[in-house]
Amino acid sequence: MSGTFIGMPAFPVAARDAVRDGTLRGNLRHATHTIRAKRAAAVAEVSDWAELREAGRRIKDHTLRHLDRYLVQLEEAVTAAGGTVHWAADAEEANRIVTRLVKETGESEVVKVKSMATQEIGLNEALEAEGIRAYETDLAELIVQLGEDRPSHILVPAIHRNRGEIREIFAREMSEWGRPAPEGLTDAPAELAEAARLHLREKFLRAKVGVSGANFMVAETGTLVVVESEGNGRMCLTLPETLISVVGIEKIVPAWQDLEVFLQTLPRSSTAERMNPYTSTWTGTTDEDGPRNFHLVLLDNGRTDTLADEVGRQALRCIRCSACLNVCPVYERAGGHAYGSVYPGPIGAILSPQLRGTGSEIDASLPYASSLCGACYEVCPVAIDIPEVLVHLRERVVEGGQVTRAGNKVVLQPAKGHAAERAAMRAARWALTRPGALRTGQRLASRTRRLHPRTLPGPGRAWSGTRDLPPVPAEPFRDWWQRTQGGKGAEK
Amino acid sequence: MSSRERILGRVRRALADVPKDDTPYERAVARDYLREHGGRTVEETVGLLAENLADYRAAVHRTDPAGLAGVVAGLLAARGASSVLVPPGLDEDWLASTEVTRVMDRAESTPHELDRVDSVVTACAVAVAETGTIVLDGSPDQGRRRITLVPDHHICVVRVPDQVVSSVPQALARLDPARPLTWISGPSATSDIELDRVEGVHGPRTLEVVLVG
Ligand code: SF4
Repeated sequence: MSGTFIGMPAFPVAARDAVRDGTLRGNLRHATHTIRAKRAAAVAEVSDWAELREAGRRIKDHTLRHLDRYLVQLEEAVTAAGGTVHWAADAEEANRIVTRLVKETGESEVVKVKSMATQEIGLNEALEAEGIRAYETDLAELIVQLGEDRPSHILVPAIHRNRGEIREIFAREMSEWGRPAPEGLTDAPAELAEAARLHLREKFLRAKVGVSGANFMVAETGTLVVVESEGNGRMCLTLPETLISVVGIEKIVPAWQDLEVFLQTLPRSSTAERMNPYTSTWTGTTDEDGPRNFHLVLLDNGRTDTLADEVGRQALRCIRCSACLNVCPVYERAGGHAYGSVYPGPIGAILSPQLRGTGSEIDASLPYASSLCGACYEVCPVAIDIPEVLVHLRERVVEGGQVTRAGNKVVLQPAKGHAAERAAMRAARWALTRPGALRTGQRLASRTRRLHPRTLPGPGRAWSGTRDLPPVPAEPFRDWWQRTQGGKGAEK
Repeated sequence: MSSRERILGRVRRALADVPKDDTPYERAVARDYLREHGGRTVEETVGLLAENLADYRAAVHRTDPAGLAGVVAGLLAARGASSVLVPPGLDEDWLASTEVTRVMDRAESTPHELDRVDSVVTACAVAVAETGTIVLDGSPDQGRRRITLVPDHHICVVRVPDQVVSSVPQALARLDPARPLTWISGPSATSDIELDRVEGVHGPRTLEVVLVG
């Protein structure tokens, strides 16, 4: 994945610093709470949400289980429609392909639609190294790019910035990149948006090459879909002569009809709207309408390794709606940067260590960036059981075992410095396979809960040094279940 | 070995656990979600479209075929438009009452030329009531994708009730995936600054939908 985050401290350290940053926490809290409430209302509007969610899960699962077939079908359909398909095994290869394609046009600048895949491979940096300037055109991405910052949210990458900070960045940096910010710019959102409009329009109107990702690719028809709000996507997809789309191989759906599920669940889950302002679909090239050359770069970069993990592969169902970020209590406090990857929040905690492996300290720490409260699973429109994968990955970090890296099976050694987790895992497994002991332990813990410390003594200290111990409930779950017959019976 | 073969090989090895006789696509997904939400009369569906369009800050106007040219002329005048983009197949009657300079949609026009035009008038392929969405498919009465993108003012005419469907599933079934499609729900908008919604960043900041029936 991107070099942007190399050298990031492990999650607990980064999170501790972030939590101390009052402005950041304020910005994040406001944003996540607003969007959370709106999403719940948007979801409540459709009475068949559960069925749509289940259909989405099944479509994606089915596709993943036959991914080779659908990839070949997609390639044929895109080619038949006038596009060219390229395959990239890793970030380096993808960057090489895109750089070559841009150079072949003779251009030295490109306009970009926000895309997680191109961030993941560090495309902007790779292009820059070859003398090609990439302009991010999504308003939030522009804020991030001008501020020489990193995105911190999937959908609202500048969620950590407030209007005052944005005004600052625009006034200071816009002239470096093109049209300067207007004199006397205030921090009113409408004025800031207008400044961005003028600044970027200049670039759109002269752009010869556009670079995008895609939300979906339809295998049956070779159609690509981009879902957006501002129209910068439409600008990049239709004004340039050449369009290059870099898309992860997991973004396929089999049939045109499948879009009826995701075009309902994605907007409601992400921006809490019935429908986002703009959705564009294109199938290859169209005569005299839009780009004359269309290139699709299919990106692996760790996805096939993730696919090889029977528990972890469900992470590839993700449609990047970001609902899980907005409900996550850990994300809300730590912010997106602490995750050290373009994929922050709960999905990042399971996706990044799978795409990149758990070799680095930050990746080994990510499966612990969660309280396992399960809120992320509840909101996920494709029902990814994030807590299940987190626990699975924790076990892998602690115990080691067989994994697939770059297509090869390798045996992972237990991560260093996780002795305490290893002991805890063993104890957990021992207890979980002995229900009687678990029950006794829980009861005991309940009765003595007033005496419980917030940190663990002895060898557990390292573990609890970066976590607050959860308070022990007054009554063990099992007892409550029996007493109330699973909540059905009247509370006695 | 090419990267294509390498990636496909990795996929196949990764899926070694999937049985050969795995459930086929037709049976893998239970499509027991709704085709539309709630029961409505045709008139109620059109009403819902108007309501949802307005909710997303599109201006909605209703008229009958005889009144259409007047409404379009009025909207262009109110805007102070001096030029209007016209797709090749647009019904000439729609612009019969206005003197505003016509700019034909041509492949040769540069984006800068389009940027100097004030307004654009198009038809649509289908409109979705539940979401307040109009869909353009590049047919002759809708023109190239860029003409509804660059000018700041878009007037879209929807024939009701025949172009209106209730839901997203119904809309997809009517559309041809081979055509370039643009789904528009309200004017361009952003919520990137403290999640405050601001209309209009890059696409038209004013969207006016005329329901004709
Ligand atoms: S994991 Fe689920 S909730 Fe989170 S971004 Fe992906 S699809 Fe959305």
